[in-house]
Amino acid sequence: MAENLMKLEIITPERIFYQGDVSMVELTTTEGEVGIYPKHIPMTMIIAPGILTVTESDGTKKQAALMKGFLEITQDSMNILAEVIEWPEEIDADRVRQSKERAQKRLNEKQEQVDLVRAEMAMRRALVREKLIE
Amino acid sequence: MASMIDIKRRKTSIESTEQITKAMKLVSTVKLQHAKQKAEESLPYFHKMHETISSILAGSANIEHPYLSTGASDKKAIITVSSNRGLAGGYNNNIVRMIRDSKWNKKDVDIYAVGHKAMEVLANRGYHIASDDSEMINEPSYEDARILGEKVLKAFEDGEIGEIYLAYTEFKNTVVHIPKLIKLLPVEISAEEGKEGEKTLMNYEPTAEEALSMLIPKYICSMIYGAFVTSVASENGARMQAMDSATSNAEEMISTLDLAYNRARQGAITQELTEIISGAEALNE
Repeated sequence: MAENLMKLEIITPERIFYQGDVSMVELTTTEGEVGIYPKHIPMTMIIAPGILTVTESDGTKKQAALMKGFLEITQDSMNILAEVIEWPEEIDADRVRQSKERAQKRLNEKQEQVDLVRAEMAMRRALVREKLIE
Repeated sequence: MASMIDIKRRKTSIESTEQITKAMKLVSTVKLQHAKQKAEESLPYFHKMHETISSILAGSANIEHPYLSTGASDKKAIITVSSNRGLAGGYNNNIVRMIRDSKWNKKDVDIYAVGHKAMEVLANRGYHIASDDSEMINEPSYEDARILGEKVLKAFEDGEIGEIYLAYTEFKNTVVHIPKLIKLLPVEISAEEGKEGEKTLMNYEPTAEEALSMLIPKYICSMIYGAFVTSVASENGARMQAMDSATSNAEEMISTLDLAYNRARQGAITQELTEIISGAEALNE
């Protein structure tokens, strides 16, 4: 394998989402936004909702909305086990707008605490999707 | 001997049954193909999930975590994955038998049912049904598995149950389906299984403990989802087999009835001839 590439595999319970050699991966974890280059130390991280940007070997960038899961970096490969992940073309703009409005409404009403946390998460997911399809 | 009309009626009835079983066999064959594909597509995810959990546990042997020890309650939760429809041979019965053979006291068991068939039988036998999510098995999705997983984890955290088990049918191939009862919580992964992961020293962000408490629920949900898809494949495989043997039994019965019908017909003709001949002879005299 070339010096500055690593193998990336993104798998979901339903399918293999992405497979290929990449030169950089950017994503959001529970600790904040990270960019990962090849030859990173082995690490396991938990994913937070955010945009995943993959820079392929020829420099092209691919983006996807990555909501949930975790990732594992080993010597020369990286595995993302995603529970929810979508390419921009798979996102339905109408649904995003609706769920954003719904979340906004719930946040404004401020009922029980559990609902608030859930609404906040829904809001974050809607914002990420919205940003991606813009 | 039964009369011709009776035999004919019987034959028609078996013929229409045969048509039904034949159609059901075809339907489950097609469904099996889909289910098999779905089960295969989900495999890489579970292997990776299992590998990761094993390597975390192997690399951090002395982690104290609620998910790694038995809860305060004696109660055991069993998630039973069966089907909503019958006519699948021993498929549902095997699950029920496996739970009955486990020798656990009925009072200590909470059933989280997915699939009507096993639930009905277990309820009749006096097991306590804690929840019924039977509609999930019609079209299993990861989202469903997550909802169920969160429900049992919540019961575990609230101290209602101390252990979580999963009863499902593993799909080995089209003819071999193995009913299995595995323990989900507390997590027990043998040291040998985790050994491979030890080669590289893994770092965790946040800490290993925090990573573990986020990963174990994911692990449980993915195990449940895995049980769903492999059980659906088994169900259709079992139904296909059952319907196949039903069809060939029907064919066998039809050919026996055909024989009986022809014999009866022949008997009737012979009798009629004898009557005519003896009638004619009586006139001649």
